[in-house]
Amino acid sequence: MGFDTAYEAISEEEEEDPGHRWAYGTGFTDPLAGVDTSVPDGVDGADLATYCLMLGDDALIMSHRLQQWLARAPELEEETALANIALDLLGQARLLLSRAGAADGTGRGEDDYAFGRPEREFRNVRLAEIADADFAGLVARLLVFSTWRLALLARLRDLRDPVLAAVAAKGVSEITYHRDYAAQWAIRLAGGTEYSRGRMQAALAAVAPLCAELFTATGAERRLAAAGVAADPAALRPEFDAVIGQVMSAAGMTWPDRPGLAGVAGQAGRDGVHTEAMGYLLAELQSVARAHPGATW
Amino acid sequence: MTAATREAEPLAQDFEDLVAHDRRIEPRDWMPEAYRKTMIRQIAQHAHSEIIGMQPEGNWVTRAPSLRRKAILLAKIQDEAGHGLYLYSAAETLGADRADLTSRLISGAQKYSSIFNYPTLTFADVGVIGWLVDGAAICNQVPLCRSSYGPYARAMIRICKEESFHQRQGYELLMTMMRGTDAQQEMVQDATSRWWWPSLMMFGPPDADSPNTAQSMRWRIKRHTNDELRQRFVDMSVPQAEALGVTLPDPLLRWDDDRGHYDFGQPDWDEFKQVISGHGPCNAERIANRRAAHENGGWVREAAAAYAARQAAAAGQTVAGQAAAGGQAAAGGQAAAGGQEATAGTGGTA
Amino acid sequence: MSGDASGDASGRVSENVSGGGQPRSQWPLFEVFLRGKRGLNHVHVGSLHAADATMALHHARDLYTRRNEGVSIWVVRAADITASSPEEKDPFFAPSGDKVYRHPTFYDIPDSVPHI
Repeated sequence: MGFDTAYEAISEEEEEDPGHRWAYGTGFTDPLAGVDTSVPDGVDGADLATYCLMLGDDALIMSHRLQQWLARAPELEEETALANIALDLLGQARLLLSRAGAADGTGRGEDDYAFGRPEREFRNVRLAEIADADFAGLVARLLVFSTWRLALLARLRDLRDPVLAAVAAKGVSEITYHRDYAAQWAIRLAGGTEYSRGRMQAALAAVAPLCAELFTATGAERRLAAAGVAADPAALRPEFDAVIGQVMSAAGMTWPDRPGLAGVAGQAGRDGVHTEAMGYLLAELQSVARAHPGATW
Repeated sequence: MTAATREAEPLAQDFEDLVAHDRRIEPRDWMPEAYRKTMIRQIAQHAHSEIIGMQPEGNWVTRAPSLRRKAILLAKIQDEAGHGLYLYSAAETLGADRADLTSRLISGAQKYSSIFNYPTLTFADVGVIGWLVDGAAICNQVPLCRSSYGPYARAMIRICKEESFHQRQGYELLMTMMRGTDAQQEMVQDATSRWWWPSLMMFGPPDADSPNTAQSMRWRIKRHTNDELRQRFVDMSVPQAEALGVTLPDPLLRWDDDRGHYDFGQPDWDEFKQVISGHGPCNAERIANRRAAHENGGWVREAAAAYAARQAAAAGQTVAGQAAAGGQAAAGGQAAAGGQEATAGTGGTA
Repeated sequence: MSGDASGDASGRVSENVSGGGQPRSQWPLFEVFLRGKRGLNHVHVGSLHAADATMALHHARDLYTRRNEGVSIWVVRAADITASSPEEKDPFFAPSGDKVYRHPTFYDIPDSVPHI
């Protein structure tokens, strides 16, 4: 047996479809090619588009913060893990942003949304945009984000919009992995050294105030939940609390008792009112695209 | 010394025979010390190159001007981390320790490919790196798939498969840009002019200035000379440049019918010496970033190791407890006491 | 502590580098075996470092399968592998089986060895 047939055995499936080995959406230009993108009956297209932007922006901005960890991770194996997570979330963002353009009738593409919108039109929760103080900060943020998003996607799988359902079905297995990764690290850091425990505690304290926003429904979400295509975020809280409780218990830590971060005149990320970090983040994300308006890449 | 040499002679002959017949040397084979050390150094420096190479490309992920390009670049960088890991893994089969190799990279005792000491200044650089730098790497690496050392050859096969994707994607980005706006086309031409000569330098100094090539060729560590590979790369790249519509910055470049190859000018070997001796545009920054990541990550690695040790100790105690409960208390107790005695006995030594 | 990380003339790194001791990986080495398809057997594909077996499995899935869910993965600590290779005629190996690598510890490489 030649010494390269072992690899052929493992990579055969990959070779048949080279696009398959990349995260969904990197192999072709139109992520929604061949998918029926019509709006379900009784659903307002503008609301559905807004909802897709909410979930898409969460993933896009979270992925951006993960990308900033490239070449800075604490060990090389973590580089591949974090890049994997960033790529998964970017793939979800692409599908969701594409779907928004199909739903609101404007026909805008994923790049129009990612690079063409001003900050006030981004609808991610503030949790996604804050910078991580250190690796513990990343772990805490990823734990909260993944636990919440998994609860959300698990419900979307069974709801009426076929595109959201398909995105959710694929996303569930990805986010399960992300949540598991974050939970394992939270437990390791909590039970590692005195220093790592301290860092993990500080990280939880930084992230806890940003949780309330995750379960606060907007008008669009309430209408869509009533129409059977969205999940009411408030309904996710019990599952979130249960899972976080399990992780805290395994880690021997207590979830910090912190008040939720207030909005501005009652508005926060879902309404396009972000933290000061968001401006810098978008300047970086959009700079090259905006320097070449109308260019194809 | 003499006895060891006499024992080594048939082993040395076996080694030379394996190599001469193009068979693979595997981790447990006897091998000359110089072969082992050369192999460790070559594999480690290759691994370091993959890891350092993440930086110039990582420079543009957050600013990629389309989500598709962002995803492609992110996947590529992830691959590079993976390649570095496969290679460190191969080096470790020879007895190297990865933390030690990392410290040698950071101290400058071990090198990485000099190409990564150049800055990536525009998004077009991402495409040109895929086209020229990965192209040069492939020229170097395909022969290494037949390197005499088994784990290295196998790692190279896996790497070469993935690298060919990268080159194609880089080239495709450039093709798209060359069909785009004037600004995009100028960006591609500018990037090409900056990366062409450093890409030629990736093959190392001219053969006349490479005294160690002969031994490495005999041991099938190296299968082609620097100049042979450089010529192959030029012959491959010139038609690709023509297809793109960019001009390569070499006035001496022309097809030679007699030789059946392209004639080309020599890179600035003085700049090459500057760059490999630490004075290139980005050397300090690349190493500083690698050092920072490694040092800032120390508490994380330590925490994981401490947690694992605690879990293992708890599991060990559970097993001993179960054994005791099962009526094997005597054996468990003796083992524990024996362990403690052994520790006490050696406690005095440094 | 950043320490003084410049090597001395022989290329050996000074002891002050990151952590104060000889630089050694704190995470042990694991060997990775994959079975890509039913009907085939597990094949050795390489190694990685991880703090424990659970982490090793995660890393193996990221690194060696690119998250292909269908692949079966085994991870084994390198130190737990006993190896015997009759073709490798080395008198220094225990004939009844030995460690999988000859030198599983820190290895010294003098600077005088030229790089290719």
